[in-house]
Formats: sequence, structure tokens, C-alpha cells
Amino acid sequence: MSQPGAPSNRSDDALVQVRGLRTVLGGKTIFDGIDLDIPRGKITAIMGPSGTGKTTLLRHITGQLMPDAGSIRVDGADVPTLSRSALFDLREKIGFLFQNSALLTDFDVFENVAFPLRQHLKLPEEIVRNIVLTKLQAVGLRGAAQLMPDELSGGMARRVALARAIIRDPMLILYDEPFVGLDPIALNQVLRLIRTLNETLGITSVLVAHEFAAVARVADLVYLIAGGKLVAQGTPDQLRDDPSPWTRQFFGGEADGPVPFQYPARDYATDLGFAGGAA
Amino acid sequence: MAQRRSYQFGSGLFILLGFAALAYLATQTTSIANFRQGDSYTLKARFTNVGQLKLRAPVKVAGVRIGSVESVDVDPSKLDAKVTLSIDKRYNEIPDDSSAAIFTSGLLGDQYVGIQPGGSPEMFKEGDEFVLTQSSMQLEDLIGKFLVNGSPSSKPADAGASGDHPSEPANPSSSKP
Amino acid sequence: MSAQPKKGAFSGIADAIVQVGACSLFLLQVLAAIPASFRHFRETVRQIWFTGAMSLVIIMTCGLFVGMVLGLQLYYVLSIFGGTAALGTVVSLSLYRELGPVVTALLFAGRAGTSITAEIGLMRATDQLSAMEMMAVDPLAYVAAPRFVAGVIAMPLLACVFNALGIFGAHLVGVSWLGLDNGTFWSNMTSSVDVWKDVINGVWKSVAFGAVVSLIAVFQGYTTAPTSEGVAYATTRTVVFSSIVVLALDFVMTAFLM
Repeated sequence: MSQPGAPSNRSDDALVQVRGLRTVLGGKTIFDGIDLDIPRGKITAIMGPSGTGKTTLLRHITGQLMPDAGSIRVDGADVPTLSRSALFDLREKIGFLFQNSALLTDFDVFENVAFPLRQHLKLPEEIVRNIVLTKLQAVGLRGAAQLMPDELSGGMARRVALARAIIRDPMLILYDEPFVGLDPIALNQVLRLIRTLNETLGITSVLVAHEFAAVARVADLVYLIAGGKLVAQGTPDQLRDDPSPWTRQFFGGEADGPVPFQYPARDYATDLGFAGGAA
Repeated sequence: MAQRRSYQFGSGLFILLGFAALAYLATQTTSIANFRQGDSYTLKARFTNVGQLKLRAPVKVAGVRIGSVESVDVDPSKLDAKVTLSIDKRYNEIPDDSSAAIFTSGLLGDQYVGIQPGGSPEMFKEGDEFVLTQSSMQLEDLIGKFLVNGSPSSKPADAGASGDHPSEPANPSSSKP
Repeated sequence: MSAQPKKGAFSGIADAIVQVGACSLFLLQVLAAIPASFRHFRETVRQIWFTGAMSLVIIMTCGLFVGMVLGLQLYYVLSIFGGTAALGTVVSLSLYRELGPVVTALLFAGRAGTSITAEIGLMRATDQLSAMEMMAVDPLAYVAAPRFVAGVIAMPLLACVFNALGIFGAHLVGVSWLGLDNGTFWSNMTSSVDVWKDVINGVWKSVAFGAVVSLIAVFQGYTTAPTSEGVAYATTRTVVFSSIVVLALDFVMTAFLM
């Protein structure tokens, strides 16, 4: 199969394998030994409190950031050891949806979606047009092809970015916080798209988010990361009933728990200047 | 698409304009402008002192440019300056007893070679040499004469040579062995 | 990045050294990306339009006025020595050798340099550069190199336009208004201006300035802190650093090209 998005036929069903991942950024340990598998053809959600490095994990998978230790295998290739050109070849098979959509402001919607095609393939204009309009139709924005990015609402921009991410029929799509800042209608549209893309095209999807209600409606598998460790995993239903304090706090919405409400600080009484507070 | 074409058109226009400006500066405002003469022939003239005569300085008859200085050399045996003049082919009727002199245009102007036409029926041909020449008038020399009021023909050669030197040390890139 | 205004002298110097080093390494990266940028040739053309053609109006206006001021000032100075005949020579030499390249570079830094920095800075802040990386398009080849090349191409052309307008302005003042003889103006100029020593040396200068200014502009945009404050600081730094480096480099190049 010569199609760029077609995953190679491998017997194991994990498209992405992370083993012993350790990352230190700016003196702060982000990951401290994480192992996880992302199965082919499924929607996997990676969840966790803000600042746990969910986006960092995506950047490891795409090789934008190198880990301090551990291996990340994507479709059999060990990402940290790839050369820049091999990395670029791999990225051509991965779609990435940025949190802020990251549309190129110089181009209209049509050219934004066509951008990866124009950069990598020399296709006749007619074919480019057909592919782009097909993908725009899939996200319901064929009519908006001539608009500029600054004329789009947040939800529309994200759908355009999604059309751009799937323009080359990737084997893997990474969604970085796809639900942030969407109104309920746009949220439902994006959820439906994620589900449809996965079902109709069989694209493996990785979803980084912290809205459990939304994630539970699409994800097949959920990993919960906190404090640099993998603290829970399972289907959304399993996690909802999981008794561990991490899952209780994260999915149950309690303010205090393993993740403290208070940022680490000196003794309260000392800070306020009451004598004898310390000692 | 139309937008992209207009970028390309505009950029192309800009580049053409820029090169047109460069071509204009290079050909119309520099000494290259003096090369426009087309076919030319050369004449030679010897001067005891050329002062600050530069390459491509104009050669004029009656104040009108007819050619330019092609080279200035020192004759190793006679130790005088041998100046080659390139004269426009159109002006091929210069009597062979004409004289060449080095003048200064204005008080601070550049020096040029002026030709005083003679009366001979014979005309200069390619490679001929001026018999009558008059060297550059040196300001220092004139002042000296004026102050000392001595004999006018004492030593014009050394006085003039000093005029060239101040420009040399300011030239770090020309390091001749 | 040095976003804080308050700093000790030593860390300021260290910062400057870090910036110089980072900028030089960045230059190597950009140079290495230039062959790849030929695949995005259309982008380079577009950048020539934005940096070059869009700067024409300011360059032409300023060139005209600089030429007119030179005409007035030098006419006055030369008339003290009775040398007004040399007006054309003096104006053209000072434009070709010095003012044309330098003033064009400073105007270019303010007009095109800032917009390059702000544009790339915003692309950084809105993840457009990362998005290109993710689409397997090297932003060095697609964003940085075309702007750099466009600056190197546009600057000498702009400087030539500036010079031409400057000569025109000086001619306007000297000949049309102050009554200098037209023939004297031109013949004095043509007999003492040399193509290689004056015109082409000036062009080399502006090629170098084009490289320096667009490198600084691209570098500042590329390494900006991805916030609106960061972009604002980066644009300021582009103008400040470009001006300093252009004037310093001008001295060095003048010394070598004389």
C-alpha cells in the first residue's frame, strides 16, 4: 500500500508504545516512568490535571520534544532516535489538532486545508480542489472555503484545523484539548466528528482533554496521568466507578485530594506574622 | 489565485525598478557615462607633471568633451608622464600641431586635458603624439611664485608630486608589494 | 529572554553575548535551509513583495527629501569655498557610499524588519510554526529563509532607488531652484564617480545590511516569547539591534572597502 496514511501491517495492535518515559523540563519532573499503549483503530483519551504534561506527551509522540529517557515507538519507529527527515516522513502520517487551531493567517480556509497537499505532493489543481472540498464537506464547512481564519469562530476554526489534519488520511490523529473554549453546540459537533472519523476511516485517535463528560462519550480507553505517573487506566465506565483517590478527585470533582487545593507554601501562621507559628 | 499573481507581478515590477535604478546610477552618474563615445582613437601626450589628472578625466576642445584619459604612466627612461587619450572617432580633424594642456575646472574642480587646436593642414592619426604640451598648473607652485617672486621656471616637478600623496595612506585595501 | 527591563550590568552583557551567539547559530540554520526554501520559491517572491515593494513608498519619499536636504546644505557649504560646481559630485558620493545604504537599512529595519518580527512572533504565539513542523514543513525553510533571502535581494534594490531619488532631489534643489548649471552638475558627477569604487561598493554594503537586518528581524520573531508582550519586546529589539549593528558594520565595511 503506497497511501501515506496506511499503517504498516504489524501483528501487535498498539500503534504507539511508550516505555519508561522520563522527562525533566526546567528542573521540574514532568514524567517519571510512564508506560502506555495506544491501540490501533481506537480512541484513547489521556487525561489529567492541568500542568501534568498531557500536551508534552503529544509532543513526545511527534518528536517535537525529546525525552530524557525511555522509548516512544510509533508504528514501529523509535521516535527519539529518528533523524530529522525520518521524523518528517513520520509526521506526514500523523494529523495534529492544535488547541488554538493554528491556522495559517495568510491563507483562506481552502488554502489552509490544501497546505499539506501543496507542500508535499504535486497534484493537479482539480484533484487538490476535490480532496479539499471533500474534507471540508466532512467537517461541514464547504461553504466557508473562501473565508479567512480571522473570520471564523473558535469552533469553526477547530473544524477547519481538523479538516487540515485529515487531508492526507493519516494513520493517527492527535487532538490537543479539542474541547476547550467550545460552546455546547460546537462541542457536540467536534465530538461527532471525532467519532465519525474514527468509525469511517479507522483512524487511531489520541485525545488529550480534561472534560470527563465529553471524553466519556467518545473514548474507548482512558489513561489518567498525575504527578508524573500513570495513576489509572481503563474504559470510561471502569474509571467512573474506580475507588482510587486520584480518580475520585478528578472525576468526582472534589476540590481537595491527592492534588492539594493549596499550592505548597510556608506555614500559614508564620506567613501572617503570628509569633510562634514556626519553631 | 488572482491575489498570488498580483504578488508576483508586483515583486517582478519592484525588482525591475530596482535594477533600473542601479543601471541608471551606474551608467548615467558615473564615469561610465563618459564611455558612451563608441569608436575612438588614441593620442599620446607627455607632461612633466600631470598633477591630479585621473583616469577617465575628460579631454576637451573649447570646453566641450571629446574624449577621456585612458592611461597615465611614467616613461621609465625619460621620467616624465605619458598620458594616453582616447578621442571620439567623430573628432578626427585635430591639426597635428595642436597643443595639450592640463587644466583645472574651477578652484576645487577636477583636472582635465584641454586641447588648443593648431593651424596645420595635417591631422592627428591613431597613436600620434602631441608635440606641444603644458603641464598641470600647481596651486602650491603658483603661491610659491607669488610669494618668492623668483624665476618662474625653477622646479615645477617636485612641487606638483606632493599633491597626490595625502590620499594614499587613507587607503588600507591597496597593499601593493 | 531579556524581557525584564531591570538588570545588572554584567547579566546585561552576558545576555548580549548569548544573543549574538544564538543569532549566529540561527544564521547557520537559515543558510542551511536556503536550498530547501527554493521549493517554496513562491513564498520568497511574496516576501520580496512585502518587504521590498511595500517599502518603496517610504524609501522613495525619504530618498527625495534626503537628496533635497543634501542639495541645500552642501550648496551652502560649497558656496563658502566657491565650489558649488562640485555639488553633484559631493551629493552622489555621499549618497552612494554612505547615506543610501545606511538610511535605507534603517528605514528598512523600521518598516519591514518590525513587520517580519511581529509576523513571525505571532506565528510562534499562535502555534503556526509548530503546526508547520507537524505538517512536516520545515518553518526554517518555509518562513525564515524566504524572508531572509527577500531582505538580501530587496535591500540593495531599495538603496538604488533611494540613491536615484536622492540625486533627483539634489538636482531639483541645486539646478532647478538655486540655479546651478545643469551640465556642470552632471559632468562633474560623471567625471569623479566611479562605478566600482562608489556605486558597487555601496551595493555590497546594502547587501550586507539586508542580510543583517532581515536576520535580526527573523531571529527576534523566531525566538520571541509567545505572548503579546514578548512580541512587543521583540519588535523593539529588532529596531534597536538592527540600527546598532548596521552602523557598526558600516564603519567596518567602510574601512575595508575604501
